[in-house]
Parts: sequence; C-alpha cells; structure tokens
Amino acid sequence: MAATQTEVITTPEAQVLRAAIAIDQRPARPSPLANTFTFAWRALLKIKHVPEQLFDVTLTPIIFTLMFTYLFGGAIAGDPQTYLQYLLPGILVQTVLIITVYTGFTLNTDITKGVFDRFRSLPIWRPAPIVGALLGDTVRYTIASAITVGLGLAIGFRPAGGVVGVLLAVALLLVFAFAISWIFTILGLVMRTPNAVMGVSMLVLMPLTFASNIFVDPETMPSGLKAWAEINPVSHLATAVRALMAGTATFDQIGWVLLASVALTAVFAPITMHLYRTRN
Amino acid sequence: MTSAPDLAIEAHGLVKHFKETRAVDGIDLAVPTGSVYGVLGPNGAGKTTAVRMLTTLLRPDAGTARVLGHDVLTQADAVRSLVGLTGQFASVDEDLTGAENLVVIARLYGFTTLAAKRRARDLMEAFGIAEAANRPVKTYSGGMHRRIDLAASLVMSPRVLFLDEPTTGLDPRSRNQVWDIVRVLVADGATVLLTTQYLEEADQLADRIAVIDHGKVIAEGTATELKRSVGEGSVTLRLAASSDRGRAAEIVERVLGAEVVLAPDPYAFSARVPDDGADLAAQVLPALADAGIAVPEFTLGQPSLDEVFLALTGQPVDDGDGSGAGGAGGPTGPTEDDGSSAPGGETTRRARRAERGDMNRTSNGEVA
Repeated sequence: MAATQTEVITTPEAQVLRAAIAIDQRPARPSPLANTFTFAWRALLKIKHVPEQLFDVTLTPIIFTLMFTYLFGGAIAGDPQTYLQYLLPGILVQTVLIITVYTGFTLNTDITKGVFDRFRSLPIWRPAPIVGALLGDTVRYTIASAITVGLGLAIGFRPAGGVVGVLLAVALLLVFAFAISWIFTILGLVMRTPNAVMGVSMLVLMPLTFASNIFVDPETMPSGLKAWAEINPVSHLATAVRALMAGTATFDQIGWVLLASVALTAVFAPITMHLYRTRN
Repeated sequence: MTSAPDLAIEAHGLVKHFKETRAVDGIDLAVPTGSVYGVLGPNGAGKTTAVRMLTTLLRPDAGTARVLGHDVLTQADAVRSLVGLTGQFASVDEDLTGAENLVVIARLYGFTTLAAKRRARDLMEAFGIAEAANRPVKTYSGGMHRRIDLAASLVMSPRVLFLDEPTTGLDPRSRNQVWDIVRVLVADGATVLLTTQYLEEADQLADRIAVIDHGKVIAEGTATELKRSVGEGSVTLRLAASSDRGRAAEIVERVLGAEVVLAPDPYAFSARVPDDGADLAAQVLPALADAGIAVPEFTLGQPSLDEVFLALTGQPVDDGDGSGAGGAGGPTGPTEDDGSSAPGGETTRRARRAERGDMNRTSNGEVA
C-alpha cells in the first residue's frame, strides 16, 4: 500500500488536492456575534434560493385582510371601513405569529437533512445557528408587516398614531415574535419530521390567534371563551399594537408585551439550548 | 491513563443506549496519529453512533474518549476545532449552491468574506466541481454531492477527519476519487477514521481495522492480522465436474483435517488451512489426482475479509459483492484436465483465469 500511496501523491491531481487542503494561516476564532450574523446571512440566502417560502408570507396577509374586512366588516362593525380600523393591527399580529412557525420547520429540516449536525460539529458559539436563524426570520416578519400595513393603507386603514406609531407597533411585534419563536425551536428539535412540526405548531397557534381579540371584541363571547381571550397573551399583544397605531398606547400595555417577551425567552430559550446541546 | 501523543483517537468503554438498544456497547479504540483507521461492520452495528460520540455530537452514556488528547466531553470545543466530519448525518445545505455552503462554513471558522470565497473556489477546483460552484447542491450527482460534503469537512484542514461511510452508493470512479483524497490527507499527516460496510474498502485504505458488530469491537488489527487470526489461509478449489464435489470435499477434509465450505457455485468449495498446515495444503492436489478428480482451479491464499467476518460473526456481510468464501466464480470452467494437477500448475491456471476475465476475490490470493 505504501507504493500506491506514493503513486497517488505524485500525480498532478493529488498535488492540486494537497495545495487546496493545506491552509497558510488559520484565521482567529470569530466572535459570537459574527457567527450569528453568518447564520442570519444563510437564512437570507435560503430566501433567495427558495423564494416560494415567501408565498405564505406575502399571500396570507393579503387574503386574510381582504377576506375578513369584507366578509365580517358589515356584520360586525356596520361597514368594512370601520371594521378595518379595528381588524388591521390584529391581522398584522396573526400574520407574523403564523410565520414564526417556519422557524421550527426550518430548524427541523436542517436536522433531518444533516446540515444541523455539520454546524454542531464546528467550533462556534453554540446558540449561533438558532439565534442567527431567528434573526434571519425577522426579515420575513418585516416583509409580511410591510405588505399587511401597505394593503391596509390602500383600502382605507388610517392609523392615528402616524408613521412613528406604525413603526413602533411593528417593532414591538417583532420583539414578541422573536420571543415566541423559542417555542417553535423546541418543537423543531423534538419532533421527528418538518411536517409534524408544522401540524403541532398550527394546533398551538389556532387557539392563540383566533380565540383572542384579533377579530372581535371578547365582550360578545361566552364567559369561558371570554376569560381565555382576555388572558391570552396574543390579545394583549394585539391591544398594544392597536394602541400604538392609534397613538393611545399606555406604558402598561407596552410593558406587558415586553415583559411577556422576556418571560417567553427566559423560559424557552434555555430549554431550546439544552435540547440543542444534548440532542441525540 | 494519559493519552500518548502518538494516538489521534482513543476511546475506552464507550457506551450509548437508545431506549432498549445498546447501540454502542463498550467500544475501545486506539487510532495512531497519521494513519487510516477502518471501522468495519454491517448496518446497525453502531459505527455511526460511535463516530457521533467521537465528534462531540452525542454524549456517551459511559466511557471516555479523547481526540488528539482532548476529552470529547470536557474539551468538546477543542475537539471541534481539530476535526472534520462527513457522513449521512453531517451534510451540506441542498438549497444553497456549493460555493455558498463552503463560504458559510469558512466564515464560521473566521475567514474573511474574501478569504472564504477564495477557500471555497480552491477546494471546489481541487475536487473537480468548480463548474458546479454556483448551482444549488440539490442538482448535484451523487458523486459530486459526496465531494462537496468532503470539501465542507476540509475547509479548516482538520487534523483528524471522520468519514462515515464515505463511499456508500458511489460508482467506482467516484469511490476511487474519495480514496485518493483520503490518501493525500494521510500523506500530509492527518488521521482518518472511516467507517465502512465494504471489506474491500477497509482492506485497501486502512492501516488498521476494527470490526464492529452489535456495538462491540469483535476484532482489531491490520488487515493481514485479521486474516491470519482466522487461520493460516484457505484453499479454494473448482472442479471440472460438479458430480465430483462430494467426493473431493471428503478427501480435502481428510487431508486438511478442516471442515469444507461449499460454495453456491456447484463446482467450487473452500476450506481453511489449519495453523501450521502449509504442508498439508500441498498434499491436497496429489490426493485429488490419485482419486482421479480433475481440478482446473486451485488457489491457496489468505482468507478474504469476507471470510474473516464470517468467521468472527457467524454471518456473512451483505456487501452485494458475492460471497468471498465462494471461491472461483464464472458460469463455466475449463473441463479438460487430468492427473497433471500438481501444485506447480497453479501459475498457468491463474493465467487462464485472468484470460477469462475472472475478477473473483481469490485472485488476491498468494501462491503457496
């Protein structure tokens, strides 16, 4: 075998291989932040190569906004224009929350395809793949928000809070979306297939988004449902987003959402990282 | 136990359970630095689980492992900075292009964007996939996919490379390319641990081999040592007439004092030569000649790894490559032969087999 090795190594191809594999200088280890941004960049590359994943992001808010405004507007608020003022901030919340499901879906796809273990075998800041992916996802949330608000403005949504109010509302929503994503990263790590992640996540999201004050005021609901809709964190989020857009937000309304975001992250991020580290 | 600097990988009593299954059931490994180490075993033997523990992806339930002196549990980060990994479970992103995949990994190691792009280009050129650099990996052929996987694990020029079944499902040409890459790496001082189901691969590449079955190392050594552990060697015979086989087998059993293994080919059978039995093997052909049995083919050689595996586990390895114990293949053999079948005739017979294009494994065998 020694003979064959010498033979292999002197061929021109082998020389090229040797030259390519050797590196002159080992780079210094990058910072956690640099690692995180690399993963965020990867998430953007994936959007570039699989633009289909933006279909949901763009079409869902358009369909929901048009459908609910004109379907229920007259019945609920007397006319679609009045209802739109109430509905649009809620639809925005629902749209972004539904997109957070993709975080778990993408993570699970990486695991099943073996990409994830490649990253886990690298000497990098351990939370970087997940935090970076979440950062990349905020790009999707922003696109969806822009579409929803843009469409709303086009069909007659007039936020009293002005540009600043709308931007603050979207920013608050992104903070909450980042926090709630940790629930879906857990599902992404625990479930066996990407589709299972999707199914279970929707099961979690349905009662959160529909049984809330997104579509209607809970006052008309039966007492049990009303009780749930009033403590539902999504209701609090929708209330705060509405208030910011209307320019009437109180410290309590915003503080509650920020507190909920911190709580969600404090509970679910460590669980995610534990699962990530000990995954079999 | 301190780790000697001449060991790239050492594991003691590694255990991993998955629910009821003991996937890895107490494995010890000692892989010398700068060598190719083969971990050979059938599907489900625990090879992948072992590699995942050695590369810090999986925490062992018991036992310890060190890679270049660093403990995989307590110094996992140091281990990660020294190893490269390629396998079914450590792949690249199919949605991204080949170049993007390598750039992402190079950036994660700390290369600047420019240096990362250069590194990606150099590796893809060296691996002969430069023309596909800007295509999504999902459009790659199997061989190209394996090469981009390998390139991804070589971005940081690892000191220890783990390859989990690197050639499974590859055509012979792609397989040879992977082998060449392994040889080049080792020539430059790296250590390679590769798992395989292919006995031939372990035989060709590995300096030492651990045979794993049901999560345990059942044999360890060089290919030659493993073969020797099964016996001095074996004789394989192919007769002119299948009707002679029963009688011939009896004679061989009597001469060698060893049990005969009948091949699927009705003309052929083989038998292990007992230790110190080289003289006995020389008596096989005259004994058959006395009985008037024509033997157009006779080989005496070391047992193939197939036979080793069979002897160690009691089960053949299903490598889709025919049974190594089966002796000479080919649907028809020369029918003429006579009493001149003497050991001296071996050379001409081997030549005749070569003419028939007989690629059987026994052609590895050495003439006694």
